[in-house]
Amino acid sequence: MIGSLIGIIASSGGAAASAGDYESIATTVVGSGGASSVTFSSIPSTYKHLQVRIIGKTDRALNRDGAKVTFNGDTSTSYVSHYLYGDGATAAAGYDSITTWSGIYRLSGNTSASNIYGSIVYDILDYADTNKNTTGRYVGGVDLNGAGEIYFGSTLFIKTNAISSISFAPVVGSNFLQYSSFALYGIKG
Amino acid sequence: MPSTYTPIATTTIGTATNSVTFSSIPSTYTDLVLVFNGKMVTAEVLLVQVNSDTGSNYSLTRINGNGTTAVSDRASGITYMSFSWAGTGKTDQFTEIIHFMNYSNTTTYKTVLGRTANASYEVTQGVNLWRSTSAINTIKIYGNSSGNIAVGSVVTLYGIKAA
Repeated sequence: MIGSLIGIIASSGGAAASAGDYESIATTVVGSGGASSVTFSSIPSTYKHLQVRIIGKTDRALNRDGAKVTFNGDTSTSYVSHYLYGDGATAAAGYDSITTWSGIYRLSGNTSASNIYGSIVYDILDYADTNKNTTGRYVGGVDLNGAGEIYFGSTLFIKTNAISSISFAPVVGSNFLQYSSFALYGIKG
Repeated sequence: MPSTYTPIATTTIGTATNSVTFSSIPSTYTDLVLVFNGKMVTAEVLLVQVNSDTGSNYSLTRINGNGTTAVSDRASGITYMSFSWAGTGKTDQFTEIIHFMNYSNTTTYKTVLGRTANASYEVTQGVNLWRSTSAINTIKIYGNSSGNIAVGSVVTLYGIKAA
């Protein structure tokens, strides 16, 4: 377990995982029509942790957005998230109080330059353990050459169900735009 | 499921040097992760350039905590990437982990996430942008103001390939 924790800490900011411990499960790349959501379903329960690596842009009429995360198709009031962020001038903390999704940030929005995409690395820990609520943590941000935001935060799904599906949707916008990419990886324990 | 997170190259510093360069990086991965664990000979920070681009094609936004204060800043039109806080170089052991996301795509600019952690002093998390749609094939990590990387420091480049 310690080895896999070291691996997950690594891949989101610490040392790197050992070869063979980290497997690619599925990838979605958004096509020219955009996508209102991206879902990974039938996630095997055989890993210890999951990691989702995202580059993304939404159609929000602003230069930044984020992604709502829900698990197992559950849209009940069972999610909380907290974060630290910097906007280039101020460092601050915030939270999304218990609600129907957790937010992870930052992706770029539609008023940013067409080829600027935000990026997020999101770890979901002990996702198959039915003795625990599900904790996640992420780092993410977008730089716009004169604007931008950097975030790191945590999410909590207040259910002990094993995670078998993960859905992402824009926080404010309606669609993820073309070339946005969501890649799901499993980390063995 | 295909196993990934593959070590591409590792450099262990035998003689103090200003820079480490990974070149001819294969384009077959989805993301790259560069891991630095070491020290600087003098109190300088590490900077990064890609594809030998020394032009003003980089920018950054970052957040820093030093145990007393949390701050954020940004810089635009600069000649390097940085994931440390300006002027806070130390000679203590530190780690720097940098994620080059979708590095080989030729459609988007390159967004790079990174963190520097110096347990004696500070932690900084940053997002950098390289304003080029070129695939990244070379990464140079180097000491600011000709500062040298100390003997024993290790720099490793990993590739992550999405299914």
